[in-house]
Amino acid sequence: MGAQLRVYRQRISSAKTTKKITRAMELISASRIAKAQQRVAASTPYTKAVTRAVSAVATYSDEDHPLTTQPEQIRKTAVVIFTSDRGLAGAFSTNVLKEAEQLRTLLEQEGKEVEYYLVGRKAVNYFKFRKREFKKEWIGSTDLPEFETAQELASTLTEAFLTDYEEGGVEEIILVGNHFVSMISQDPRTTRLLPLEVVEAEDESEAELYPLYEFEPEVDQVLDALLPVYIENRIFNVMLQSAASEHAARQKAMKSATDNADKLIQDFTRLANQARQAEITQQISEIVGGADALGNTDQDN
Amino acid sequence: MSEKQLQVNIVAADHEVWSGDAKLVVAKTIVGEIGLMPGHEPMLAILGAGEIKVSGDGNDVKATTELGGFLSIENDQVTVVMRDGGLDS
Repeated sequence: MGAQLRVYRQRISSAKTTKKITRAMELISASRIAKAQQRVAASTPYTKAVTRAVSAVATYSDEDHPLTTQPEQIRKTAVVIFTSDRGLAGAFSTNVLKEAEQLRTLLEQEGKEVEYYLVGRKAVNYFKFRKREFKKEWIGSTDLPEFETAQELASTLTEAFLTDYEEGGVEEIILVGNHFVSMISQDPRTTRLLPLEVVEAEDESEAELYPLYEFEPEVDQVLDALLPVYIENRIFNVMLQSAASEHAARQKAMKSATDNADKLIQDFTRLANQARQAEITQQISEIVGGADALGNTDQDN
Repeated sequence: MSEKQLQVNIVAADHEVWSGDAKLVVAKTIVGEIGLMPGHEPMLAILGAGEIKVSGDGNDVKATTELGGFLSIENDQVTVVMRDGGLDS
C-alpha cells in the first residue's frame, strides 16, 4: 500500500514540473503574439503602398512582363512551405504540411511536376524523414522573420521562375502558409505568387481609379523594378502571418497542456488521498483486530 | 488661407519611417535627382541608392537607402517606399 502512495506522489510532482514549463511557454507565446501582430501591422503601410503602385502600373501598361505572363501550359510548379522551427505548437506545422500534400495531389493530377522550397525546421525534418527531395531550405528565423530572409527567398524564387523549363526552371510558384485569423484560429492558406495576380487590399470594396501617372523612367522599367519589390513584400507578409500564427498556436497548445496537467494533478491527488486513507484504515483495523485478539485472550484467562 | 502642402509618408518594409507635411521632397531616382512640390502631376518613380530629403516648416528630415525603392505622388500625397535604410539622426 505504501508503495502505491509513493508512485502517486511521484506522478503528481512530475505533472507539477511539466505544468510549470507549459505555463511559462504559454506566457512567453502570449507576449510574443502581441509583438508579432505589431510587426504585421507595422508592415501594412508598405504593403499598401507597394500593392497600390503595382496595380497602378499594371492598369496603365499592356506590357507583357515575364513575371505577369501566364504560360500556355504549366509543366513545373514550385511550392514554398512555411512551417515553424520548433514544435509544441499543436497542429501548426502539421496543418500546413497536410495542405501541401493535398496541393501536391492536385498538381500531379494536372500533370505538373512539383519542386519544394522549405521554410522552417519542421518542414525540413518532414521531408528528410520521408527521404523526399527538396530544392532549398531556410531555417532559424520562423518566429521572428527578418526582411533579409524574404529578400533571399524572393530572389531565389524569381530566378527559378525566370529560368527556362528546359534548363530546370519552374513556371508557377505557390506559397503555403498559415494565415492569422484570430488568436484561436489559424488557417493554412495557399496563394499563388507567380505568375502574378495583383491582389488588392481586402478592405478596398470599390474599385479605385488611378490617376494617369507619369512614369520615371519608362513604364516597363518601372514594372521591372516594382515587381521584385512586390514579390518580396508578399513573401515577407506570409512569413509575418506565419510567425503570428505560430505564437498563437503555441499559446493555445500550451494552455491546454497546462489545463491537462492541472487535471492530472487533481486526479492523482485524489488517488493519493484515497491510498493514504486506505492505508490508515487498514492500520486501524489491524490495531483493532490485534487489540480484540488480545482482549479475547485476557477474557479466556 | 493655408498654403498647399505635401503629405509625405515614408515607409520601409517592416515599419513606417516618417509621416507629416512638407513643402519640398527631394529624392534620387535611378535616372537623376527629382524635386517635388505641391501641385506636381501624378508620378511614379523608381529610386536608386541615396538620400531622400524632406523639408517643411522647420522640420527637415533626411533618410538614406541603399537598395532604393520607389516614390509616388498624386493629389499632393507623396509615398516614399524604401527597401532598406531609415532616417538619418
